[in-house]
Amino acid sequence: MNYLHQFAFQIYPYIAIAVFLIGSWARFDYAMYTWRTGSSQLLSSRGMRLGSNLFHIGILAILGGHIVGLLTPHAVYELLITAPQKQLLAMWVGGIAAVLCFAGILILLWRRLFDARVRATGSFGDLLVLVLIFAQLLLGMVSIRLSMDHLDGSVMIVLSEWAQHIVTFRAGAANFIYGVHWVYQAHLVLGMTLFLIAPFTRLVHVWSIPLSYLWRPYQVVRRRQATLNYGPRA
Amino acid sequence: MKVRAQIAMVLNLDKCIGCHTCSITCKNVWTSREGVEYAWFNNVETKPGIGYPKEWENQDKWNGGWVRTRAGKLVPKAGGRWRMLSKIFANPDLPQIDDYYEPFDFDYQHLHEAPEVKHQPTARPRSQITGQRMQKIHWGPNWEEILGTEFAKRSVDRNFDGVQKEIYGTFEKTFMMYLPRLCEHCLNPACVSACPSGAIYKREEDGIVLIDQDKCRGWRMCVSACPYKKIYYNWKSGKSEKCIFCYPRIEMGEPTVCSETCVGRIRYLGVMLYDADRIEAAASVPAEKDLYQAHLDIFLDPFDPAVIEAARKEGIPDSWLEGAKASPVYKLAIDWQLALPLHPEYRTLPMVWYVPPLSPIQSAAERGRIGMNGELPDIASLRIPVRYLANLLTAGNEAPVVRALERLMAMRAWRRALNVDGVEDHAVLKQAGLSAAQAEEMYRYLAIANYEDRFVIPSAHREYANDAYGERGGCGFTFGNGCSGDNPADLFSARKTTTYSVHPNRQEKTGVMP
Repeated sequence: MNYLHQFAFQIYPYIAIAVFLIGSWARFDYAMYTWRTGSSQLLSSRGMRLGSNLFHIGILAILGGHIVGLLTPHAVYELLITAPQKQLLAMWVGGIAAVLCFAGILILLWRRLFDARVRATGSFGDLLVLVLIFAQLLLGMVSIRLSMDHLDGSVMIVLSEWAQHIVTFRAGAANFIYGVHWVYQAHLVLGMTLFLIAPFTRLVHVWSIPLSYLWRPYQVVRRRQATLNYGPRA
Repeated sequence: MKVRAQIAMVLNLDKCIGCHTCSITCKNVWTSREGVEYAWFNNVETKPGIGYPKEWENQDKWNGGWVRTRAGKLVPKAGGRWRMLSKIFANPDLPQIDDYYEPFDFDYQHLHEAPEVKHQPTARPRSQITGQRMQKIHWGPNWEEILGTEFAKRSVDRNFDGVQKEIYGTFEKTFMMYLPRLCEHCLNPACVSACPSGAIYKREEDGIVLIDQDKCRGWRMCVSACPYKKIYYNWKSGKSEKCIFCYPRIEMGEPTVCSETCVGRIRYLGVMLYDADRIEAAASVPAEKDLYQAHLDIFLDPFDPAVIEAARKEGIPDSWLEGAKASPVYKLAIDWQLALPLHPEYRTLPMVWYVPPLSPIQSAAERGRIGMNGELPDIASLRIPVRYLANLLTAGNEAPVVRALERLMAMRAWRRALNVDGVEDHAVLKQAGLSAAQAEEMYRYLAIANYEDRFVIPSAHREYANDAYGERGGCGFTFGNGCSGDNPADLFSARKTTTYSVHPNRQEKTGVMP
């Protein structure tokens, strides 16, 4: 049990992060043609407008909330708010985003499972990603309910200590997780698993948020190939 | 003045017989793959009709092209940058596969394998997307062929705006024409402006608009942004694809496949020189009816020494400048003003232009004589309403259409007088504003249409190409993964683009037909 615990919360995070980073890099370099959002809207746009928007807005808010919430050192946010206040904020923001995301993913799952065209053209990976995110979302929503039993921010601090120890390569990170409710533990493991599979699925498109569109000129002109330059003629 | 060159195309609709050879040869070369089986880089529509995809000309529906704001700025009709990005999770303007058509094939094998039955076995359609049997085919790339479907449906065609369309529903008054369509390789392409990844680009050397298949992420904004609906989302690869103007052939000085195989010899390819600095101003002139003239004004005279000098400074090779002088496109669009742009009101400055078609003279049948306007038959008595053509080609401005049609008729009258009566009918030319030399040249280019007159394509220059040494031992045309992709267990779920994966086991068993 102790070994498994150490593996899950001390070693597995590094495996997941390494595979996520190196895998994404490798795919970007060696198989860029496969790097895509994998949209199936052309084949069936029923429910897409509501489902996809709700899902993406929800999950991006959740992702951003986790990054900021877990990785901001206590000393920094304590200048503004206390730990219990931060927990309450996280529960509200996360809760609202979770509801949006939940409504969206139900529509998307229904579509992926029961729309004949989407079903026939989608891959196993497309379905797997959706099912895992759905499970992860459910765990997260249960954890919000559990958090209502300890509003002092203690569990939140423990979890963020773990995350901060992991990203700063400190030993003993796994020790923080001892005794934390199994729902939080399962949520962590599944979350790391999502990072692990990301490079091999359509999830890679989170890297491609096209913010550069906001400042690029409308027209793009490219030269076919760079002009040869043999240097000055002798 | 920033001189750029582009290989542009003109299609002479007066000679298009609607044989679809262009579409078929194009499909065989470029889109006979799963994922784009529904896509036709080139298709031929019968007009009037709503076309392929359905109602592509209705920009209230698809939000394609550009609009000019009250402040005089040009923005994509779908919205500025923030609005465009806000639609990224679900594009509300994206056509559905049913707007094109659900691709299908027939159970041909059943014809071989059917047991002895009372009735002749038939080959029934099967969806190439789900593999399932299709009970009925509802639409196709050419559903309205030669006035197919009822007039009520076809007359939704936006080019009827301002035309009393009801009368054209009757058999006696009906009219039709063919419209072969391909990517317009615009000077101000809306697809390029809408691409969040910046994957679509215009080539500086020859103006061909291409999608970088590696950079494309499948955000699918270009599909709706193109007002001509000539970008297709490949549902298998998750990337958008479009007409590539057969660039590998163009680079070798050969015409595109659609042009090469056109049995009616209606297509022309040639170099056009234009001033890239004036694109934005031309695309944003206030009145839509002025867009055709504004577009004409950015083309440069290839005989003007100042233009030649400026072009050389930009590095345009001499062979291209010579090509521009002999360009059939320049003659048709500028010298004779016969060719007109398709829907200039989209403000994309398209570079595939059309010579409007003549049509039978209607009043002749009705009144037993031909209404004359001076030396020429009255254009208003042609079967195809001028207003319809003007809506299609000049944003509703009828004068350029009338001029083009009159010149086509004058050239015919001139040649007829020459051949039949043995006289030179200068009066008819004068009315159409043509000289005898121009009429003879028009005859040569339009009627005879020799191969070397139709296609003047300078090959890509050595200075443009990189050293080919590094490409030795390559495997030619691929989809970005080099020669790999043969491994069935591909780590990154690459699927072979050259084979089909709707396997028989995903299809229903074919039994005896009920």
